Amino acid sequence: MKLLIICMALFALVTNAHGHKPSDSYLNVKIQGSDIHVQWDMALRDLEYAIGLDADNDGKITWGELRARHAEIAAYALPRLEIRAGDAPCVTGIPAHYVDNHSDGAYTVLRFSATCSKAPQTLDIRYGLFFDLDPTHRGLLQVNWNNRTQTAIFSPDRPTQTIEMKAAQSWRLFLDFLREGIQHILRGFDHILFLLSLLLPAVLKCHAGKWQAVSSFQPAFLDVFKIVTAFTVAHSITLSLAALDIVHLPSRWVESVIAASIVLAAMNNVYPLFDGRRWLVAFFFGLIHGFGFAAVLADLGLPQGALLRALIGFNLGVEMGQIAIVGLFLPLAYALRQSWFYQRVALVPGSLLVAAIGFIWWVERMFDLKLFS
Amino acid sequence: MRYLLLAFVIFLGADAVASAPPLFSKEPFVPTQDNMVLERLPYVTDPAARQLRLWREQRARNPSDPALAVRLARKYIEQGRAELDPRYYGYAQATLAPWWDMPEPAADILVLRAIIHQSNHNFDRALADLSLALKADPRHAQAWITRAMILQTQGEYAEAKRHCMPLLRLSTPLYATTCMASVASFNGKAQQSYDLLRRSMDNSLNSTGRLWALTVLADISIRTGQGRLAEAHLKEAFLLAPRDRYLLGLYADFLMNEGRHAEVIPLLENEVQIDGLLLRLALAKQAIGAPDLAARVEALRERFAASRLRTDVRHRREEATSALYLLNKPHEALELARANWVTQKEPEDARIFLASALAANDPAAARPVLHWLTVTQLEDVRLIPFANKIKAL
Repeated sequence: MKLLIICMALFALVTNAHGHKPSDSYLNVKIQGSDIHVQWDMALRDLEYAIGLDADNDGKITWGELRARHAEIAAYALPRLEIRAGDAPCVTGIPAHYVDNHSDGAYTVLRFSATCSKAPQTLDIRYGLFFDLDPTHRGLLQVNWNNRTQTAIFSPDRPTQTIEMKAAQSWRLFLDFLREGIQHILRGFDHILFLLSLLLPAVLKCHAGKWQAVSSFQPAFLDVFKIVTAFTVAHSITLSLAALDIVHLPSRWVESVIAASIVLAAMNNVYPLFDGRRWLVAFFFGLIHGFGFAAVLADLGLPQGALLRALIGFNLGVEMGQIAIVGLFLPLAYALRQSWFYQRVALVPGSLLVAAIGFIWWVERMFDLKLFS
Repeated sequence: MRYLLLAFVIFLGADAVASAPPLFSKEPFVPTQDNMVLERLPYVTDPAARQLRLWREQRARNPSDPALAVRLARKYIEQGRAELDPRYYGYAQATLAPWWDMPEPAADILVLRAIIHQSNHNFDRALADLSLALKADPRHAQAWITRAMILQTQGEYAEAKRHCMPLLRLSTPLYATTCMASVASFNGKAQQSYDLLRRSMDNSLNSTGRLWALTVLADISIRTGQGRLAEAHLKEAFLLAPRDRYLLGLYADFLMNEGRHAEVIPLLENEVQIDGLLLRLALAKQAIGAPDLAARVEALRERFAASRLRTDVRHRREEATSALYLLNKPHEALELARANWVTQKEPEDARIFLASALAANDPAAARPVLHWLTVTQLEDVRLIPFANKIKAL
């Protein structure tokens, strides 16, 4: 037992035991009709471990030593990669061999083409290189077709990747983010409370210090339209700026201001300050709410190379959720605008309640406390 | 609709930038001369490598023999640690393949499996495997040490100390003392731990034990601002393990902390395969205004991009350091440092978190670290200036 400790005591010491880059291969697949062009970069160090390259055992791999093993490399690697178009396997051609330097050393590069029986709709790629020798090895796949790029990672747990080349694939991503956007606005009570606080007086007008119901639908609709549009334009601007890494604000500050904006919007219904110019409030604080949306989007993880689709999907989702809320609110508020409930309960006590909630959030966020859990 | 159009235009520009991944756009070539050296292999000629080859062959003939597998896997892990090379941990994992998915293999295998999980920053699984190992064999000293050190990394100091205790019975006094001193030095007892450990070193001849103790002594000296002592301990440790990359990193940190950046460059110029050392080399070159800094920064950027491609989160501390000091992106650094802080809480993790929060002018973000420093009573002179500046904001 002592001997064991002597060998092992230091292992426990180091947690950041990883200095070298781990083992990766790079598989680049270009699809043109039924022809597939493949470039596969494999680290010389991995091949040395797998089949041996350093013939004279001097610790150096020369081009001569590598060239002498080209046939063995192809025979070792190619059966560990399988490309299928739908049900039919694609036939791989004879590879040409090159050398390339990556950031962590020299790689051998295999270039070959694969011919499928028909232009593939879906491409299944099965990868099994080095997994038996080093389960932490990864195959980094990049597929290009029609100016589109998709990346994926092969691991022992996921040795097969399916590439859908139908338009559906890009729509799926778009729809995923659209759904996330809708869910976020519907679950994010702070955005809803802010917007509804601003919209509450839209079906009323202030006359000699007293609220009165508007006589027709048109002014109410115009008021709502102005506020919603201002809020939308503003948060779209900042959402885009933040998502594209152009502007950053500290998240706690953003969240605190969002909470404060709810207090302000709600208190305005008790002591009207901005009547008629509530769309300006919506625009100004909409800028801040946009940063809040951006934080959510960042948490979802933006797919590189498909940033555009994800961002528009998410933004449209937010707008759809918002339209749904306004679509429910406006007819209801218009119908109830002359009622005692709307004028005596919803407007002032309701707004006070909302302001209180906003204030609690503001305290929690500003001072990082949890007042109510 | 106009805002959408505007957003669209902005996005189009961004997409064009984002769609040029440099990792795949290299230019392959065909060398012209057979004697051109493409790659130098790490130490194939040294005894450790010869030993590995021999054991690998023996194990290949008897793949289901646990004793041969444990011996080989342990050697791979040892090599991976000394060279900071994750491939060896992968080889060790492959060696343990027949037992890898078993719920309860033998204690020795559980411990090795735990060390590999730990090296992947999979701390929960590592701790679970070690619990099982200790249940099966409560006298397994390595299991106690490894568990103690993982708990220390996570900042669970009380639990970590509890795990050092059994070493008094199960191993030499030096291991037990080093374990205790290491943990307690993070927990308000830096100087006492140093004195105790220094005294117990005197009567030990075990070189691995001394190496560990010296590393801990050096680390405490750095944290308590005793540069001369730290350097002496590091130099003595190098005599025991001349090629140890972990020590090299610690020494480079020490030199830069003392403002001796120029000395770091000859030390690390040939260690650029190792991300952590490449990062330190770049920081040193930046400090002295070396002309080839840009190439080092670019190489680092590629490495981090590659580890992001494989969704590897083990380098967040290094990536945060690079973002803050080399790329001058404090907000990015802060996000990375914050995410890193969730999994590990060593002084270096605290330092990069504080420095990023300060540079990003976001003192509120640093609150968890300041709170942590108060609760644990962590002593580290390198953290004090950052903490003071943040409190003054």
